[in-house]
Amino acid sequence: MSSSHSYPHEPTGVETRKLGMWVFLSTEILFFGTLITTFMIFKGSDFPGMKLTDVYDIPFTSISSFILLMSSLTMVLAHNALEANDQEKTRVWLLATAMLGAVFLAGQIYEFTEFYHKGFELTTNIFSSSFYVLTGFHGLHVFIGVVLLLALWGIGQRQKGLTLEGGMNLEFVALYWHFVDIVWIVLFTVVYLI
Amino acid sequence: MTKIIEPSKQSSIFRRPSSETGIWSWITTVDHKRIGIMYGYAAFFFLLIGGLEALILRIQLSQPDNNFLTAAEYNAMFTMHGTTMIFLAIMPISAAFFNYLLPLQIGARDVAFPRLNALSFWIFIFGGAFLYSTFIFGTAGAPEGGYLAEEVGWLGSAPNGGWFGYQPNAGMKYSPGTAMDYWAIGLQILGIASLISAFNFITTIINMRTEGMRFMRMPVFTWMTFAVSFLLAFSLPIIAIALFYVTFDRKFGTTFFLTEGGGDPILWQHLFWLFGHPEVYILILPAFGIVSEVLPTFSRKPLFGYAAIVFAGFGIAFIGFGVWAHHMFASAISPVAQAGFGLSTMVIAVPTGVKIFNWLGTIWGGKLKLNTPMLFSLGFIGMFVIGGLSGVTHSIVPADTQQTDTYYVVAHFHYVLFGGALFGIFSGLYYWFPKVWGKMYNESLGKIHFWLMMIGFNLTFGPMHWLGLQGQVRRTWVYAEETNLQFWNIVVTVGAFIIALSIIVFMINWIFSKRNGEKAPFDPWDARTLEWAIPSPTPVWNFSTAPIVKSLDDFWHTKYSEDEEGRAVRREEADQILLELEEDGLNPSEHIALPNPSYFPIVLASGLPFLGYAVIYKSIPLALIGTVLLLIGGFGWGTEPLEEEIHIDSDE
Repeated sequence: MSSSHSYPHEPTGVETRKLGMWVFLSTEILFFGTLITTFMIFKGSDFPGMKLTDVYDIPFTSISSFILLMSSLTMVLAHNALEANDQEKTRVWLLATAMLGAVFLAGQIYEFTEFYHKGFELTTNIFSSSFYVLTGFHGLHVFIGVVLLLALWGIGQRQKGLTLEGGMNLEFVALYWHFVDIVWIVLFTVVYLI
Repeated sequence: MTKIIEPSKQSSIFRRPSSETGIWSWITTVDHKRIGIMYGYAAFFFLLIGGLEALILRIQLSQPDNNFLTAAEYNAMFTMHGTTMIFLAIMPISAAFFNYLLPLQIGARDVAFPRLNALSFWIFIFGGAFLYSTFIFGTAGAPEGGYLAEEVGWLGSAPNGGWFGYQPNAGMKYSPGTAMDYWAIGLQILGIASLISAFNFITTIINMRTEGMRFMRMPVFTWMTFAVSFLLAFSLPIIAIALFYVTFDRKFGTTFFLTEGGGDPILWQHLFWLFGHPEVYILILPAFGIVSEVLPTFSRKPLFGYAAIVFAGFGIAFIGFGVWAHHMFASAISPVAQAGFGLSTMVIAVPTGVKIFNWLGTIWGGKLKLNTPMLFSLGFIGMFVIGGLSGVTHSIVPADTQQTDTYYVVAHFHYVLFGGALFGIFSGLYYWFPKVWGKMYNESLGKIHFWLMMIGFNLTFGPMHWLGLQGQVRRTWVYAEETNLQFWNIVVTVGAFIIALSIIVFMINWIFSKRNGEKAPFDPWDARTLEWAIPSPTPVWNFSTAPIVKSLDDFWHTKYSEDEEGRAVRREEADQILLELEEDGLNPSEHIALPNPSYFPIVLASGLPFLGYAVIYKSIPLALIGTVLLLIGGFGWGTEPLEEEIHIDSDE
């Protein structure tokens, strides 16, 4: 048994933090998978009171979905800017991503309030319960994403600026953000369109 | 050799913790070995509490129509016994082994994310404390008019809906009060801890292996850690969501699992067992890993069928996701589903059988050294086979409906989880004792422990098979005198106290050997894996230089070559090599960068119980405290660079 002098060693060539994020996202799929399954089970059953179709506003939700999707674009632009080592542009696109995320969240809060006023509440029936828990769980993810983006933006304000390595890096947050967006595409289809 | 700690230069909200000894060094540690040791002690503490609860149950059942406990207290005790043993004892004690051994076995300096590792430990501690705070703050009641509505004592103020929390029994209507909320949210917190460690171990195994440590050269224990981490990562989200629903049902008036609101109690059973059955393998696979290390070492033979054991482990993990409904044969599931899950239950016995035969093949023709770890491993095989076979009987649906909710089932899963998992764990505790403490344990006390436990265990759980077949119902606080069940119940209770005695012997051995035991020689067992190629107790830096691995059981091949007939022959220079390894291991020749200790894992973790209380008592201030703690922890964590290094210099 001989020895070398190289620590750390990454046999896969994938950065360790990024790999950790991928593993984390794979479990997230099961979180959302369980929620969506439950939602689908209850969706077909008979229930008293209101249905989602009585209250929802497809054009409104489509627009807020579009805004969330656009935030993935700005995320990519931020990543590109950082690869070109343009700190200024990176910060701008990061902030834009966070803002778009915040607009989506505001839309969701508005939507929930509207639904409540129309009488579609958490405890109205089993269907409304699964709706709020499912979309609320996603909203929580968007919220955490916005906090991460703002934190990244704050770190970017410091003298050293952002790098693609170390600490809480941009690639790491970007992976999470894209995942949250992709989940929304599924949710929007399953919850509102089908 | 001196240690030089360079003061912090980077900006951070707090000064970096810098103590190397004393309580603060443990609280702020990110060293996988220290975290492993803390996991071990905390889990053992909970094992004692869970054991105490079991003894209380057994005292109650030693006489027919006994009134040592009320029905409510009995319910609370069996709920807490199950919950404690599974989530607070066996799982974390496995985590102790993972933490301590995994980096050593793959030649790494630490896990992939040392601070996350500390975080998952502290979340576990806070989760356990949160769950047990139910005895102080929790209230449990009974539905009005029910015969359980008698006085609920101090013991009864704990969760009482069973560790499986079947709905609607565990819902607000039949389990009023806050106790079951403590259960649901406590498990949620503990689940977060396990999830985080699962990410950490998966990433560590994939990305921290030293040069030449290919997947098919990893020790079997590392493989089983890998399998368990995947099981955790893919099964815990399911129970987390299900527990969300329970909490919503109980606290916010939804009806996910309540038929009166269109919900489905059977859905809870599906979600619970979809987690719960993989959980069984989460509990047993670490023991499989330990035994696969101990048997070849003390049989002085390589593990028979290494690849088969590895793939069988993953086979079990994979099929483990497809057998959950065999816990539900007595529920309303269709005959087709019953047949399907019966078949998959039979199928999962195949990879398990492969493992058993591989272990037997390992022992076969070996020069067995029957010391304590080996005895426990052999005991493990025997007891696990009994438990496994009684498990296969459950795949026969008509027989299972007969056995459901009887002591036959209790006997079965204790043979697997006690005779299996716990025997494996004790085997590992003795086997790696010299590694962790640098001392030898007392062999005769160890053997007394083994035999007492073996006898006590079989007296306790053996008779439960026939008690169950005679119809004694589980989860019930009394049995009538006319049932003639008393004799074996007394035997069972006596057995339980013999187990308790054996645990006392173990503790005495541990405490005295740790203090006064003989100094452990380098490589005391003539072992095969990398963790024995470094001094004991393990130096802070693990390996002074990164080892390069050339084969499976690389350390063994450094010491032994083969003669023409394939027998192992000790190399002449083996002793010299060991001396050099010890010398090198103690005196690193270069700067070693170790991750810094940090306050933030414990700060971050301390926020979670507050959020838990906030949900239970619907209190905004508590929620704010919890959120602030999370934010402080998260912000400090994010701004504190890990890369700042403690340099350990050696000056010759």
